[in-house]
Amino acid sequence: MYRYDEFDAAFVADRVAQFSDQVRRRLAGELTEDQFRPHRLMNGVYLQLHAYMLRIAVPYGTLAPRQMRKLAFIAREFDKGYGHFTTRQNLQFNWPALKDVPAILGHLAEVEMHAIQTSGNCIRNVTADHFAGAAADEIEDPRPYAEILRQWSSIHPEFTFLPRKFKLALTGAPRDRAAIQTHDIGYHVTRNAKGETGFVVYAGGGQGRTPMVAHKIREFVPVEELVAYTQAIVRVYNLDGRRDNKYKARIKILVHEMGLEKFKAAVEAEFAAMKPDELKLPQAEVERIRAYFAPPKLPPKPARSEALEARKAADGKFASFVEHNVTAHKTAGHGVVTISLKAIGAIPGDATAEQMEAVADLAETYGHDEIRVSHEQNLVLPHVALDDLPTVYDALAKHGLATANIGLISDIICCPGLDYCALATARSIPVAQRISEHFGEGARAKEIGAMKIKISGCINACGHHHVGHIGILGLERKGVETYQVTLGGSGDETCSIGDITGPGFSEQDIVGAIDTIVDTYVANRRDVSEDFLTAYRRLGMAPFKKALYERDTGADI
Amino acid sequence: MALYKNGAFVDDRWRALPEGEAAPVSGHAIFPFDWWREERGAFDGSNVPLGVRVEPGADLAEIAADIKRFSVIALVFPKFGDGRAFSLARLLRERYGYEGELRAVGEVLSDQIQLMQRCGFDAFEVTDAITEKALREGRIPGVAHFYQPSERKEVPVGSRPWTRAPG
Amino acid sequence: MPQIVSANRLTDGIVVFLAASDAWVEGIAGARIFDDKASLEAGMATAGRASAENIVVDVAPVEVAQTPRGPEPKHIRDRIRAAGPTVRTDHGKQAAGL
Ligand code: SF4
Repeated sequence: MYRYDEFDAAFVADRVAQFSDQVRRRLAGELTEDQFRPHRLMNGVYLQLHAYMLRIAVPYGTLAPRQMRKLAFIAREFDKGYGHFTTRQNLQFNWPALKDVPAILGHLAEVEMHAIQTSGNCIRNVTADHFAGAAADEIEDPRPYAEILRQWSSIHPEFTFLPRKFKLALTGAPRDRAAIQTHDIGYHVTRNAKGETGFVVYAGGGQGRTPMVAHKIREFVPVEELVAYTQAIVRVYNLDGRRDNKYKARIKILVHEMGLEKFKAAVEAEFAAMKPDELKLPQAEVERIRAYFAPPKLPPKPARSEALEARKAADGKFASFVEHNVTAHKTAGHGVVTISLKAIGAIPGDATAEQMEAVADLAETYGHDEIRVSHEQNLVLPHVALDDLPTVYDALAKHGLATANIGLISDIICCPGLDYCALATARSIPVAQRISEHFGEGARAKEIGAMKIKISGCINACGHHHVGHIGILGLERKGVETYQVTLGGSGDETCSIGDITGPGFSEQDIVGAIDTIVDTYVANRRDVSEDFLTAYRRLGMAPFKKALYERDTGADI
Repeated sequence: MALYKNGAFVDDRWRALPEGEAAPVSGHAIFPFDWWREERGAFDGSNVPLGVRVEPGADLAEIAADIKRFSVIALVFPKFGDGRAFSLARLLRERYGYEGELRAVGEVLSDQIQLMQRCGFDAFEVTDAITEKALREGRIPGVAHFYQPSERKEVPVGSRPWTRAPG
Repeated sequence: MPQIVSANRLTDGIVVFLAASDAWVEGIAGARIFDDKASLEAGMATAGRASAENIVVDVAPVEVAQTPRGPEPKHIRDRIRAAGPTVRTDHGKQAAGL
């Protein structure tokens, strides 16, 4: 993975010193809250419901074991022993004291981490496929490009006061695991007819109040033009994006209001007007950065692991773990292991300091020092030998990390909601917990098959509900929590925004409503091979609506 | 209000001309954008020093032919969070080749000055008392390592073409 | 409806309530209850001074019902603020029996 050189380390040190001084001035009363707020936000410090919250950037979701250990240390030393992995592949601490934040940032800097641009109207943490560099279906690892964009966007003088936040995502495989079409800009690695690497460019996607699927705005941007083309898009947005209404300020609204063709023309005109060599990426430099992401040298192994097969035959739970949590690796005899942070009834995305350390240990011993954070709020060991899986599984199980539910109904994305978040309109975590407990990880969950439930505690959609196969949005109606349900959303390469079923459901009724939806799907699917999303796309809303709203209330029995 | 330029507070010899007021023959007036477009004819062939004030949202192409004619271009930050003038500044410097004074006016706060400088501003009309105090004390908050090339005198560092240190 | 005055402590962000003594306390049970507009305004003025003195931030009045256990916020958001996360009863005020 990328390692800081002296320059990078000095940049972060500059920034820690700058923010530490701002905190000192604030605590000394030299800065008012109004003056301080923009500074703390630019350094990832929010004031939430119970306390401050610190959001730490995990660039494109890649973590080294020493970084994970440092997060565990901070959780224990400065927080309450746990942290929350977010849908932006970041980590949030829920209870840090403002007076401790400079010290925390100092500790993070020791392991090449920071909280820069994890909030504010700037280019946020760049995200990428969490299986990057490992997945069998990959064209090319997108992370070197994500790293270049991360650097270029750091404290960008022109783009630190955009109309609104700006999110970039990249993926390097045909299967989009990074939900790039829900981002302000999505880059999909591709090869042109000459075999050169470049990117299909998507722009104008986003969730929130007005969800939109991104538009493809260009078939091919060569690698050397990646930063220049990004600058062209962001400049058009900075100049022309709306600033009169924060709900209409994202680039998706600009694209929508300008019209796709006019927007494309504006970007192309800006791109064409740039000085020819402005921001052009020299190939040698791209190669130098790519070298940091070179895959580990994995020993050649037979595709079939006898150790794995023997354990599978003897242990159904282990077999289930392999089936759901292990994905094909580029290299024979290896697997990509997803560690579920969704134990049945647990808080999605939360991990204790002990769990973080356990994962760091495993990454060191069996995982070639690599850990990933997925936007689905799980952790990943991208390079594990199949022979080692029984041992890894046993170690995970000891720490409550071996739930075999990846991609199943209990693998729920869920934002913090009203239990923590100052912007929330309803709780989201308890709903996730109850759904998870209701369906469990047994036969029923397997029978249902692939299912992505995504829950947000307000219209901001941090829980990606619009692109959940089943999406749940917590709202408040007359002081009471109510839950609106959408069906048929998807964040992958077939990206779509879910359709609202109809009136929302009360906190009591929401789990029953999900149960009804699931039953309707199971009853109507062609066969078990037709997953929920495919079935919904074929069936449409009608049968679900009927089941949800026209069922016998039982009132006259 | 105080004008900060080249590391010090200086006397401002320029006056913001109100919309509709007759242009002074001696120049040293900063025209509102639209008023300049009406009055430009009066200055054909003249070389008195002139300035123009550009609000965010303005189309620079409309004054493209005049840009090198100006000694001062004032770009407005209506609120500190409105960052359009950062892009306008870069366009003026990099695309239109403007070399005169580029002045930040409106809500100009100390923590943005380094960003403004890196986009090409070299003069700052400061109204915020805390910012004025910070500048008088020589404290411009900022960093000394940059990940983007800029129009300022900065020096490349290392092999990455985008990294810079203050010159 | 009776109201109390709440804020977050500047140094650590913890939720606090204005007490009868004009001090800020962590437990809602100790919050001073304002029954009318005039007294609430006085309470908010006191809180505004504490904010100006950089003791607290985000001062806001909270509607409560008076119960035998003390003031109980009307709105669920304020109840969660006063107690702690409903999904982690081992943290927040509720964990300390406040
Ligand atoms: S969706 Fe709303 S409630 Fe959930 S984390 Fe985002 S802002 Fe908070």
